[in-house]
Amino acid sequence: MHGSGIPIWFFIGVLLLIYGGMIFGYGIYEWQTASYPPAVELTRLHTPVWWGGVLALLGLFYVVKFRPGRAGR
Amino acid sequence: MYGSIPAASAGSLGSLPALLAFSTEPLAHLRTLDVAVIAIYFIMVLWIGFYLKGRSNTSEEFFMAGREMTAWIAGLSFVSANLGSLELMGWAGSAYQYGILATHWYWIGAIPAMLFLGLVMMPFYYVCKTHSVPGYLDLRYGGGARSVAAISFATEMILMSGVNMFAMAVVMKVVLGWDISFSIFVSSIAVAIYVGLGGLRSAIFNEVLQFVLIWGGALLVPILGLIQTGGVGGLKRQIMANMQSMTGVRSDSYFHLWRDTGSFAANPMGVHWTGIVFGLGFVISFGYWTTDFLVVQRVLAARNLRAARMAPIIGSFFKMAVPFIVILPGLLGLVLLQNPDGSRRQLVGEDVVAACTVSSSGQVDDASACSAAMAKTSLPAAYRQKVLSSEPGAELHSYNQALPLMMVRYLGPGLLGLGITALIAGFMSGMAGNVSAFSTVWTYDIYKPLINKRGSDSHYVMVGRLSILIGVAVSIGAAYLVMHAHGIMDYVQALFSIFVAPLLATILFGMFWKRATKLAGFLGLLLGIVFSAGLFMWVKLVPSALADVALSPDAKPMAENVFRALWAFVFAAIVVVVVSLLTKPRPVAELDGLVYGATVLPKEESVPFYRNEYAWALLVVIIFAALNIIFW
Repeated sequence: MHGSGIPIWFFIGVLLLIYGGMIFGYGIYEWQTASYPPAVELTRLHTPVWWGGVLALLGLFYVVKFRPGRAGR
Repeated sequence: MYGSIPAASAGSLGSLPALLAFSTEPLAHLRTLDVAVIAIYFIMVLWIGFYLKGRSNTSEEFFMAGREMTAWIAGLSFVSANLGSLELMGWAGSAYQYGILATHWYWIGAIPAMLFLGLVMMPFYYVCKTHSVPGYLDLRYGGGARSVAAISFATEMILMSGVNMFAMAVVMKVVLGWDISFSIFVSSIAVAIYVGLGGLRSAIFNEVLQFVLIWGGALLVPILGLIQTGGVGGLKRQIMANMQSMTGVRSDSYFHLWRDTGSFAANPMGVHWTGIVFGLGFVISFGYWTTDFLVVQRVLAARNLRAARMAPIIGSFFKMAVPFIVILPGLLGLVLLQNPDGSRRQLVGEDVVAACTVSSSGQVDDASACSAAMAKTSLPAAYRQKVLSSEPGAELHSYNQALPLMMVRYLGPGLLGLGITALIAGFMSGMAGNVSAFSTVWTYDIYKPLINKRGSDSHYVMVGRLSILIGVAVSIGAAYLVMHAHGIMDYVQALFSIFVAPLLATILFGMFWKRATKLAGFLGLLLGIVFSAGLFMWVKLVPSALADVALSPDAKPMAENVFRALWAFVFAAIVVVVVSLLTKPRPVAELDGLVYGATVLPKEESVPFYRNEYAWALLVVIIFAALNIIFW
């Protein structure tokens, strides 16, 4: 699917970028305010920060690499 | 997916409807961020559907995605169509019950068949340019075999879609407290829109998207779980200690794939290696991965023969990795899940959960039934008493809830939404697979040959779109039928295992034996289905017959599926061989493109080894062998 049109990887990149940004942002808020959900384990690892960051970076990579107009070149 | 190996074989979801009566607090409460994550997912899949509408105007585009998918997209879609949320939860629960024996359904129950499809069978499917598996039977054996396969497949697809739609809605009710009808209608309407608009291309695009989401949402659970147990070594030590406290025996059976399969009684699953190798590894696995049109359709959409051969091989790498997000969480649940009072939480079968239904007054409905059901488990006596007294926090959870419980344990706001989205995505990709495959088989193998042979191309596209809407509507009807008549669920779930073995025998003989005749193909398929259904009904009506079907009094229900498939395959094969020898074969010249030995395959251009399908298949074989040796 790299012919005319938007590649699926671009859609995936957009979704991961949005999700990563949201989760990373919440993770920073949670860390700063120390308002951790009581029933969740291992909050000291700040999972939303690093996992959200990974998703966002992966999403950014796919958005840039497969942005419309670039695919097929 | 819904006719897939796990759903058909595990049998662990059959009592899900009983949970409807179980009123308790949902496992998780979503926050605004979680709801936003789920909502964005729905917006995205609908956006893809609307975007692709303009590229699905001809029948080739709508039903076959224009046959322009790359090997990667076809391969990921091939695996994703099988990776449903019910399978994720069902096999996590099976791992909790049986240990890594459940991994057989991902490794020997998939990898050899996927390689065989890519390297051996794909050229025939691809070269004959069929639109479907029943279409291949039409070319090889004629209209009779095609009609039997098409009608049985279409029926199975739509009923299984409904049953699994309902099962998923029950899970959403138990996990999140969502209304059953809300879950059914929102998810099925979204699927109907994006597949109806964009056809197979839209289904494939979304399956790839959903595959990424499933990993993004589920991967954290094993990572965090292993951190908490101190790695694999710590997990193993803790499970063995738990087993000793529960059974008095310090067994490491949970960590061996093959060592304890020399007898039915020696392993927790109650299976024998012969059943695993020949029943699961050959008949069920090859039947599903090489002849079930739901998955084969994804590969047929590849842009050339090399991509079509590479797609299952690429898919096999990811299939081998799936136990990391399915089996491992089940094993971790064995040692990490806790009751509110800090004691270890023991999961039980859904029949036990259903027997201990709590009424609106907060008391167990039928204390004696509940007590009897719990007596069959290893729940501590003190905890059983707490359940019977309906003490706060003394709840029962089923094996199938192992994965959601682990998600709730580790995932906070946002991440939990992503985890739930992964489950919803898995469900929707499976349903999209069902309806897109149903639409193609209905249009090409039932409507076109039997109802209207002379329609225009645009007419068939319109029929395809309409059949998606009708298919979804019938699925919804089936979901509500199951809701009101729970017993139907077992029968519908058995459809796949009844059809698959005769279909495999018919196709293998058709593809690799020039002597197989039209009548043999038709009778082999038809009588094989009748024989397989007969075996199923025999065990259903006379449960003790299980010992005869599986050849051991120690056999458990899991063994029945694999042995029934094995006998049905043998029976269908005998019918095909005997009838072929008694009837006149087709001239070899008519078998070009259909049968091994009568077909000149197109010569493929030479490529470097890193793009060669045989090199990648060899790597898969090495990893597959290594995994089986490591976990022997």
